[in-house]
Amino acid sequence: MKNSFIILLFFIAGVILGLFHLIPDVMIQNDFSKYALYILMFLVGISVGSDKSSWKALIQYKLKIFLVPLCVIIGSLLGTALISIFLPDLKINEVMAVGAGFGYYSLSSIFITEISGPTLGVIALLSNILREITTLLLSPFFAKYFGKLAPIASGGATSMDTTLPIIVKSSGKEYAIISVFSGIVLTILVPFFVTIILKLF
Amino acid sequence: MIIVLSVMVAGIILGALLNDKKKLISIIDKFTNWAIYALLFLLGISVGLNKTIINHLDSIGVKALIITIGAVLGSITTALIVYKIFFKKSKIK
Repeated sequence: MKNSFIILLFFIAGVILGLFHLIPDVMIQNDFSKYALYILMFLVGISVGSDKSSWKALIQYKLKIFLVPLCVIIGSLLGTALISIFLPDLKINEVMAVGAGFGYYSLSSIFITEISGPTLGVIALLSNILREITTLLLSPFFAKYFGKLAPIASGGATSMDTTLPIIVKSSGKEYAIISVFSGIVLTILVPFFVTIILKLF
Repeated sequence: MIIVLSVMVAGIILGALLNDKKKLISIIDKFTNWAIYALLFLLGISVGLNKTIINHLDSIGVKALIITIGAVLGSITTALIVYKIFFKKSKIK
């Protein structure tokens, strides 16, 4: 949560600097974000690849464990497809792409900005931040009325780190490994899903 | 985008080969945070420069909230189905 706060501060600082044109022209003309994104993806890859707990979980629960990230994918995409009825000025695939951020707001907003421009990028940023906040606030309620997998599903890609503590508290320690596993799988899939949904449909 | 994705896959393979070197991982996590800060800072700048976004921030916020509701309700519903069928009976130790 502290980390999300710092991230938000950096974002707001950027907004203010941009708003009042307080930045050198070099930064406006050159797209540094592309190179920063390459670095970020490489680092995310290393930390995902080196996390051995997901391999252990895979052995313990076998194929059943894949049902958890799978139901998050299907649920997020179906839910956003349905709710797009209330968003007439967005295309259905744009709404679904935001949903395919699975709460991973930093990465999904950057990808969506690169493909569809900053307006949808900001929607993705806010929507996925809200997903993390919702999970932090409502996990106990979700676990009670929607079963112990619900907090993990709500957390999406964040269930491996930022929302893990509240998930463990709401669903129990025995769900920690499932939560981390689901979060890792979704983290890897965010860039793929966002790209495919925006480019192919 | 293909470059970005292959860069990530290269990272995953390298990470798997690294075999839990705790110190290195914590350094990588620190760099990851800074890369995220830099990216969100740059995204912030492009948002600040973009008059259309700034003028429609309220409607953008409402849209974001509606999408969040769809995504969360959808995934906790499918999670409930999967939980009832596959997880509830076979108690997880």
